[in-house]
Amino acid sequence: MGNPPWPLRLFRRSYRTPLSPFGTQTSGAVNFLARSLLRASQADLPHAASTTPAPQGPPSVTAGNRKFGRSPPGRYQVIEGIMSPVSDRYGKKGLVSARHRVAMAKLALETSDWIRVDPWESEQDTWTETVKVLRHHYNEALRAFQSKKEFTRNKHPMESSAGDSLSCQQPVLPELKLLCGADFLQTFKTPNLWKEEDIKEIVGKFGLVCISRAGSDPSQFIQESDLLSKFQHNIFLVREWIQNEVSATQIRSALCRGLSVKYLIPDSVIAYIVQHNVYTAESERRNEGHLLQPLRLQNPTINPLRD
Amino acid sequence: DPDRKTEVVLLACGSFNPITNMHLRLFELAKDYFHETGKYKVIKGIISPVGDAYKKKGLISANHRVTMAKLATKNSDWVEVDDWESCQSEWLETLKVLRYHHQKILSADVTNSLQDAVPITKLGRKRKQEPNRHEPIKKKNQSPVVKSVPQVKLLCGSDMLESFGVPNLWKLEDITEIVEKHGLVCISRAGNNVQKFIYESDILWRHKNNIHLVEEWITNDISSTKIRRALRRGQSIRYLVPDVVRAYIEKNRLYSPESEDRNAGVVLAPLQKYASDPKSSQALN
Repeated sequence: MGNPPWPLRLFRRSYRTPLSPFGTQTSGAVNFLARSLLRASQADLPHAASTTPAPQGPPSVTAGNRKFGRSPPGRYQVIEGIMSPVSDRYGKKGLVSARHRVAMAKLALETSDWIRVDPWESEQDTWTETVKVLRHHYNEALRAFQSKKEFTRNKHPMESSAGDSLSCQQPVLPELKLLCGADFLQTFKTPNLWKEEDIKEIVGKFGLVCISRAGSDPSQFIQESDLLSKFQHNIFLVREWIQNEVSATQIRSALCRGLSVKYLIPDSVIAYIVQHNVYTAESERRNEGHLLQPLRLQNPTINPLRD
Repeated sequence: DPDRKTEVVLLACGSFNPITNMHLRLFELAKDYFHETGKYKVIKGIISPVGDAYKKKGLISANHRVTMAKLATKNSDWVEVDDWESCQSEWLETLKVLRYHHQKILSADVTNSLQDAVPITKLGRKRKQEPNRHEPIKKKNQSPVVKSVPQVKLLCGSDMLESFGVPNLWKLEDITEIVEKHGLVCISRAGNNVQKFIYESDILWRHKNNIHLVEEWITNDISSTKIRRALRRGQSIRYLVPDVVRAYIEKNRLYSPESEDRNAGVVLAPLQKYASDPKSSQALN
């Protein structure tokens, strides 16, 4: 395990999780996968809307933070999950307007008390590199963290309740990690899709949490890459034993054929899709023949039909 | 012509311990499949949880299993839960459950047909059987047409179909009647062995036209066993079962190492029943 420059007083509460897919959005290379990592009840998670004053230490609702894997048990606590739909400028085939994708994600996450949708990326005028999105959220977290530090410093220190993992003397800066599936990891190989320095920053500075299904093991892929193996201490592999491979592509395809997607995506999302007629044969043709934005940026002379 | 379509009721038997999104998907997949043939119309789905007398290891009380299934289907306008099987004090063969529901549908159908002849429209009754509200009015104006009888088909996954081969689990004559008189709808994953299994059985082969194979392209491996395992390990089952079911399980603390030990060492009811019956050890071929 790598040694972060700051004391890590974070606690892991569980190991692996079943996969919980929402196949309604396409967001570049990141599928929308929501996972619950809690072993303990939801009440253990610092609540964004919690009104009870926390004992010293922020019920940090800042940037998403996951760190688990084969590290020593009990070290980390996941405090938040953020879903960040890509901007329309990404230019992927079949990508419907961000307005819809954000709305659907919000509906899907209505019942979650720790995962939220952040529309910042989708609201940008241009497509934003993943690393920039990470930086943005990290900075937001830092800002919130610093203001909380000020806040607690100015108050009387409160009695910490017995055994509370957050009752540490110093509020700890949370870490932000990129959550993805094994297919995402593989895209690092795609020529011109990623800048090497970006990968380095994503994996080195932030960290990756990669969920893979039973039977597939991305560790080999990691070993085969000099860059990734250098930072393997910061890549957390989570095995998903309960296979549930609902891809957004399949959902859209089923919808266009008039087939049922009930129980694959939340009812509220299905209702929204029907009400707004989101996915049609026409929407599927959007961006057809266009190059993905990251590819376009890297090499503008590429044949636009290459995608 | 909607009247020419054969009406189908899908019956799913099983432990539903607990019910999962995968179970619910079976119904949706089967309905889409029949609809696409243009020849069938699925009018109802029935979930029939097995009774406690089945004695399967880890099987919790039928009350809970039925309640969870009902919670799960609250938002469905065509799938319902029937607790007749679960209320029986003894374990019942699947065929008996099929026959029961077949009979039930038939008598409801006869009542409906009789009502067609009567000028007074009793829409309430009709709506329960056929979700399409316009049909009753249409039928009223027609001279009585002999409509094909609704069929009740057993809905299952490939595991149930393949369990036909487990010695002493099924009576050969039951399997025969199921595929001959009722029909099977089997949902299986791409790359499965179901077709081969059917090929290797004379009985199944003979009635293969009544065995509908539906391929599930979206891999969905949410078995109840895995759900119970996750729960024992304190892992989340969110998004794998309907949220109301998850909440119910949590509130009632349903699954634990203790509950998993129920019926440990007890012989499964059908195995116990048929062990001495020469008919059941007949090979499927």
